[in-house]
Amino acid sequence: MLTTREPAVLVLEDGRTFTGRAYGHRGETVGEAVFSTGMTGYQETLTDPSYHRQVVVMTAPHVGNTGWNDEDDESGRIWVAGYVVRDPAIRPSSWRSRRSLEDELDRQGVVGICDVDTRALTRHLRERGAMRVGIFSGDVAAASRPELLHRVQAAPAMTGASLAAEVATKEAYVVPPVGEKRFTVAAVDLGIKSNTPRMMAERGIEVHVLPATATLDDVRAVAPDGVFFSNGPGDPATAETQADLLRGVLRAGLPYFGICFGNQILGRALGFGTYKLKYGHRGINQPVMDRTTGTVEVTAHNHGFAVDAPLEGATDTEFGAVTVSHVCLNDDVVEGLEVRRDERLVAFSVQYHPEAAAGPHDAAYLFDRFCDLMTTSKEVRA
Amino acid sequence: MPKRDDIRSVLVIGSGPIVIGQACEFDYSGTQACRVLREEGIRVVLVNSNPATIMTDPEFADATYVEPITPEIVEKIIAKERPDAVLATLGGQTALNCAMELHERGVLEKYDCPLIGANVEAIQLGEDREKFKGVVARCGAESARSAICHTMDEVLAAADDLGYPVVVRPSFTMGGLGSGFAHTPEELRRIAGAGLQYSPVTEVLLEESILGWKEYELELMRDTADNVVVVCSIENLDPMGVHTGDSITVAPALTLTDREYQRLRDISIKVIREVGVDTGGCNIQFAVNPQDGRIIVIEMNPRVSRSSALASKATGFPIAKIAAKMAIGYTLDEVPNDITQETPASFEPTLDYVVVKVPRFAFEKFPAADDTLTTTMKSVGEAMAIGRSFTEALQKALRSLERAGSSFHWDGPRPTEEAARALLDSARRPTDGRIVQVQQALRGGLTVEEVHEATGIDPWFLDQMALVNEVAEHVATATELTPELLRLAKRHGFSDAQLASLRRMPEAVVRGVRHALGVRPVYKTVDTCAAEFAARTPYHYSAYDEESEVAPRERPAVLILGSGPNRIGQGVEFDYSCVHASFALRDAGYDTVMVNCNPETVSTDYDTSSRLYFEPLTLEDVLEVVHAEQQAGPVAGVVVQLGGQTPLGLARALKENGVPIVGTSPEAIDLAEDRGAFGRVLHEADLPAPKHGTAYSAAEAVEIAREIGYPVLVRPSYVLGGRGMEIVYDDETLSGYVERATLAGPDHPVLVDRFLDDAIEIDVDVLYDGEEMYLGGIMEHIEEAGIHSGDSSCALPPVTLGATELERVRESTLRLAEGIGVRGLMNVQFALAQDILYVLEANPRASRTVPFVAKATGVPLANAAARIMLGASIAQLREEGVLPRHADGGRMPAKAPVSVKEAVLPFKRFRTADGLVVDSLLGPEMRSTGEVMGIDHDFGRAFAKSQLGAISGLPTSGTVFVSVANRDKRAIIFPVKRLVDLGFRILSTSGTAEVLRRNGIDADIVLKHAERGEGGQSVVDLINAGEVDMVVNSPSGPSATTRADGYAIRAATAAMDKPIVTTVQQLAAAVLAIEAVQRDDLDVMSLQDHAAALDLYGIEAPA
Repeated sequence: MLTTREPAVLVLEDGRTFTGRAYGHRGETVGEAVFSTGMTGYQETLTDPSYHRQVVVMTAPHVGNTGWNDEDDESGRIWVAGYVVRDPAIRPSSWRSRRSLEDELDRQGVVGICDVDTRALTRHLRERGAMRVGIFSGDVAAASRPELLHRVQAAPAMTGASLAAEVATKEAYVVPPVGEKRFTVAAVDLGIKSNTPRMMAERGIEVHVLPATATLDDVRAVAPDGVFFSNGPGDPATAETQADLLRGVLRAGLPYFGICFGNQILGRALGFGTYKLKYGHRGINQPVMDRTTGTVEVTAHNHGFAVDAPLEGATDTEFGAVTVSHVCLNDDVVEGLEVRRDERLVAFSVQYHPEAAAGPHDAAYLFDRFCDLMTTSKEVRA
Repeated sequence: MPKRDDIRSVLVIGSGPIVIGQACEFDYSGTQACRVLREEGIRVVLVNSNPATIMTDPEFADATYVEPITPEIVEKIIAKERPDAVLATLGGQTALNCAMELHERGVLEKYDCPLIGANVEAIQLGEDREKFKGVVARCGAESARSAICHTMDEVLAAADDLGYPVVVRPSFTMGGLGSGFAHTPEELRRIAGAGLQYSPVTEVLLEESILGWKEYELELMRDTADNVVVVCSIENLDPMGVHTGDSITVAPALTLTDREYQRLRDISIKVIREVGVDTGGCNIQFAVNPQDGRIIVIEMNPRVSRSSALASKATGFPIAKIAAKMAIGYTLDEVPNDITQETPASFEPTLDYVVVKVPRFAFEKFPAADDTLTTTMKSVGEAMAIGRSFTEALQKALRSLERAGSSFHWDGPRPTEEAARALLDSARRPTDGRIVQVQQALRGGLTVEEVHEATGIDPWFLDQMALVNEVAEHVATATELTPELLRLAKRHGFSDAQLASLRRMPEAVVRGVRHALGVRPVYKTVDTCAAEFAARTPYHYSAYDEESEVAPRERPAVLILGSGPNRIGQGVEFDYSCVHASFALRDAGYDTVMVNCNPETVSTDYDTSSRLYFEPLTLEDVLEVVHAEQQAGPVAGVVVQLGGQTPLGLARALKENGVPIVGTSPEAIDLAEDRGAFGRVLHEADLPAPKHGTAYSAAEAVEIAREIGYPVLVRPSYVLGGRGMEIVYDDETLSGYVERATLAGPDHPVLVDRFLDDAIEIDVDVLYDGEEMYLGGIMEHIEEAGIHSGDSSCALPPVTLGATELERVRESTLRLAEGIGVRGLMNVQFALAQDILYVLEANPRASRTVPFVAKATGVPLANAAARIMLGASIAQLREEGVLPRHADGGRMPAKAPVSVKEAVLPFKRFRTADGLVVDSLLGPEMRSTGEVMGIDHDFGRAFAKSQLGAISGLPTSGTVFVSVANRDKRAIIFPVKRLVDLGFRILSTSGTAEVLRRNGIDADIVLKHAERGEGGQSVVDLINAGEVDMVVNSPSGPSATTRADGYAIRAATAAMDKPIVTTVQQLAAAVLAIEAVQRDDLDVMSLQDHAAALDLYGIEAPA
């Protein structure tokens, strides 16, 4: 098995090169190199639209052990641009597995590389920051290193990339509530994961998933009790349209909940800047403090950008007083924002993933908080 | 939430002696806890009866009580010390049970010192099976269908309802003691009968069988703010049916999707909250049906456990340390992660490597025992290995066991299909070494599906083993060893020795080729975070990858080789010496580098040494670490003397490979180990040894025995722990021994020694620097010579030896130290018979008794030894105050209290295939797993404490059954008479009763087991009925029936957990002890007070 794999090469934009063996689809791919530290949930990671145009390095050494099943996809396809693992499973073992991970990667044309010192690569990215990377296998692997490096350096960088529209749904669709309907939510898809509408639906929410290009009229058209902006790939600085839309939503007094990209857009809508983290947060073990309760939750992260807001005190804005509600305890990065008007919560968002998938369920309460917000808002209006 | 300010003093309860199911992992956790609490300025009061532990060293607590962990004694300590709180969650089941008893007796309330960590209600919810099932149901999870039973009738009725096979689990026992699978009503009667007996509340749980399901364990941590994190997930390679302590386990879990894993996590968190463990660690075990994923919660421990030690070492997250901080009020986010120092402890470690733990068994010590692995834990130790892949970690772990045949092999022709099927058939029954049978079955061409069907081992793991076979095939058939091929094999964990065997060349040649081709391991770091943050703690493991993380250093390094997995004969006492050496040498300005593979120990705590390499202790692995460290900076040398036989066995080969060995030279070690060379040393020193000879065949052995005279002691050469030793009285038995064991051969001679009847055995530990000797202590054994020193109890200072005899011991020991050329520690065993002091053996290394001697005399022997090995002189150490300036342990002050060491034996864990406990007779082969220490004013009281610590103590009233061999009858008259005076009723067989009556002692006669007719009651029946409180039974005569009778008596006694006395000397000691307990004048005294009272350091030079 091992001996039949042909060589492959991974080239970073700073020239560091790792040799390994071909994995998944044969060919070439270029993207932003990021590492993910989750030990479970590769199927969810691969199908998470936020990883669009990124080459994901798995720090967990064995990948593919549980194969590929028909239930755990977070979207309709694999989004990662490339996949780097140390030790791919030869045979999957799980009662839910339908095929091997490698077959699925190959079927979806995802170029990967294995047998790489992924820890050395991770340490390199940690020290030097996320950067562009290329994986080359098959015939192209034989090209000269300067040539390959040139191809990597020619690729577009993540900063300044506007990608949400590339991954979001083109047509609006509705996810019906489970049981009795309690709320209607307009969810703007910037790269939404399947589990987000599912968790809303479980709480009696009828979720109208709208394309990334949705306008305020589109939102109003579903007569929502609340508005939601999803996670998604790319640089939040390019999402001015969505920030405008959000300002409209807030002015209209609609309760708002945002996740990840939706948090960054709230930040921008409120007038804060966003910036690129050196190597981002990608994993399912990140400690975040909910400053409203003082408790720590272990959370799923996947973000390369963050909101630049003051950790202490409130900032007055047109929409109300803004405070940082959640902070990552590892590095004090802003992980959540809250907007209150007259002490009353009107909008909130988190940088991490309460929908988990993959990851711990500690932050699932945020969906309840959204329901509470919509309930109070209804009462206030009534 | 900051530290609580209402706690200024805490009583920490330790776990007592090392027993199966409760080993030195609790020394690791307790040591961490004591350190943390003291750092926080809290006064630590510690109680632990085990002297071999590091936690009981005086510097780890403010008041250290090496006293029995019984509610009576602990109450005395509480009354004296008045702690503000009691921490019992770090001392295993022993501490938890003691805490519960203190609660029930109202002691905790009376002295206003509540439990911290887990409260009484939480302990009950977690431990009581019925209550726990309610917890599980309230958390929306499932338990196995089950029934709680208190009588055999209830048991049988419940089994009919649940269907066979059923699982039996006694309540409130540790290490799964007494649990098992019953496939038939007969088996059920036996297992449940014993289980009801073991359970302190006479309660067993019967459960539907989930045999063959996948088994998982999650380690959790909670703080006072209700933050919960999962520290580690562990997956058992051996599916349900084998106790997790006896299973090969893997971290992290490797065959679960995120959905299933998160489901386990959700349940775990709900359970810890529902049980209400306030703070600290706990673990939860799950079974998962491999067909459909149905999850069953098996059990939880509301305390730190063996698995938490494993999880701590596997992740770098120090569970016990953090648990101690949580117990005094900190929250997880307030405590920094030691390894990154920047990020908080309120996170979940993520691994970029695989950890495999394999158990180590000791069935060879109990040949009669059924070696099937069940839900009762039987292993005595474990090895852990870390690799960048499962195959690498697994193969490293298997070779860490240091046991012939424990590793995968490709010797001989590939098994035929028939042979492979036979192997697979044996592998259906889980045993030690099953994994090698599985590997061979796969090698023989059986498919992963077939092997999975037979063993229940997950196909993913089997596939990895098939991959190892595939790589082996490549290695065997390749035309040459290319760098690529070597790297491939190394990445799957192949040792040079395995490659050598595959290539039919010497190991040294493989290594030479490999080094010439530049194929060497790199060292990665265990950092809790998969490299997301920089690690500040050099905790390394080897991998054949690209980048090494060993940092350069300036200070000279000393490598200390640890003792590997615990086994009978080599346990925590060797870890004690290694750890102390590390502390002493760090203080002396060296960087210490620990190499070890035992996850239970303090030595493998990343805090102990300057650097830690979690590696197997084989020549190859040690040489590579030495190489890596030599690349990093100067290396002063390698210490091989402190970790027992494991590192000692590597000394010569290391030296041949150019590695500097400090302390006693490998040549000097050989002088003591090699029979002929040692004979010459003795001759030159003019010291007598028992007559002996070396035999290469049965006939030769008989010839030698006739010449030197029976009885003789026979054993294979080069053994530790008396492996295979027997005392033989006649030709027939002797030839039988040699032939049966097929021990003798050109390479494996058998040693035949004259056995000294009625000799007093003496143990001595000394330090020698080439010029001066420091006598650490002289111990007098209570049992006569012939019982392995590790199994025998002993007293320090000697209780019956006179000053002249002690001086002779000192003189002889000095001559031995000189003759061998010791630099550091040496242990000598003498036998005093007919006024001749015979030398039995000398070991130029740290012995099992070093920690005991250190505590009894208040002198840090191991620290001093380490300094001497690196060149310090005894004079210098006396000057520095490390050693007493003028006195030593061989001349204890007249007022000195007596310290007694007693062995703890595991017989009741081992049952024959018929369900009887194996024979508990002591002999020259060591079988104890641990030891306790008792200190008090005189021998009787000290011995009483040792019995309280080792077993549940001696009876103070009731019935004593006495039946002894003819040669012992004369000697028992006085002690038995005294027992009658003390109020005991004596029960005896006719022969012994006759002798007693003639001496004016009334004894009730009871039938021997063999004499029992229809309807009669034999002594065994009375023992089984609980009507006998103590048994005095010395092995007698050659007749098969008396032997069988003696065995039946001892087996029943062991099964009933009653004290059994098998020698006359023990009987005398027991009588003194019973008197002391009856008078109720056992005082408690801390080691600190003991050392101050003894004051060896204050003794002036003789005028």
